[in-house]
Amino acid sequence: MHETDMTKALILTVRNWWEAQPERPQISQVHLTVGQFTCVEPVSLQFAFEVQTRNTFLETAKLVIQETPLIAFCHHCQQEYRPEIGVQYACPDCRSPMEDIRSGRELKINRIEYCSDSAESYASNL
Amino acid sequence: MHQTFDAALEINLLHANQEGADHNRAHFDAWGITCLNIMSSPGAGKTVLLEKTLAALNQTLKIAVIEGDMTTELDADRLRQYRVPVIAINTGRSCHLDSKMVAGGLHQLAHQYTPSDFNLVLVENVGNLVCPAEFEIGEHAKVALLSITEGEDKPLKYPVMFQAADCLLITKIDLAPHLEIDVNRIIANVRQMNPGVTIIPVSAKTGEGLTVWFDWLQSQIPSAEKIASKLPDLTSA
Repeated sequence: MHETDMTKALILTVRNWWEAQPERPQISQVHLTVGQFTCVEPVSLQFAFEVQTRNTFLETAKLVIQETPLIAFCHHCQQEYRPEIGVQYACPDCRSPMEDIRSGRELKINRIEYCSDSAESYASNL
Repeated sequence: MHQTFDAALEINLLHANQEGADHNRAHFDAWGITCLNIMSSPGAGKTVLLEKTLAALNQTLKIAVIEGDMTTELDADRLRQYRVPVIAINTGRSCHLDSKMVAGGLHQLAHQYTPSDFNLVLVENVGNLVCPAEFEIGEHAKVALLSITEGEDKPLKYPVMFQAADCLLITKIDLAPHLEIDVNRIIANVRQMNPGVTIIPVSAKTGEGLTVWFDWLQSQIPSAEKIASKLPDLTSA
């Protein structure tokens, strides 16, 4: 389950960012991009995130994963195409091998969404 | 009132592992060592390939092995018979080696031996076609093994591994006459995602293809003159 390791890396990166903020804000969402041509399964990542963030500063944070499709560029046909993962990777028109991957290899922490609660809003919640 | 803010991070999820891999590679380069990351599913024949390799090249090259194994030292013990340093790394429940584990192995090697005496480090990764493909360890080239008993479709099903490989060994090729498998189909399936890969059919049992593998392996090691030209000139000091 390498998603466990990936989640550890993710939490560490977010923690480093969080600790560098003077007001230690409440993080509401962590946005990732995960390409379909990686060995990462978003469902496993979600599960690992849920388990590993329990009772931490990320307990209430939501992991938002955007998947990107596998897109390759065929230099012979001068056009992009979408290889069918598990079936066919060569260009469907000219059968040239998949050489130039334009999308699908991403594994990226894009951004963090956080709330800055003022004192009044805490008070009004009481 | 509460307001929502955004902070852009744009950081790769494997950033820390990648930094560790680059660090390991810098050490290998400084020591004049070529590092190969050897990967396959369990049982494809990584250890027996290493045995044959050590037996044949141990005199010509100075080889050390880093052996990733989930819980045992069985493979490491097999390789120690060839009188090469074998650093065993138990990965515990982790299904791949990462750059930090390999760094630990390199520390052990540097502690017990003089690393610059070696010119080749063979890393046997954990048997797994999925995760090892994503975790660089500081290697100069990736070697994947696929035994013909695994089936023609495996490159299609585990594309990240086969797309990243610099050399693919199709192992147990001596079994081909006994199986309904089309070796050319395997090769075509790999080539459609990795046209530049070197493909070598081998059999550790009959020895078929092994000299081609040994030649490829030696071609990965920069010549002594090349290494010397990269080192600082101490004679002028």
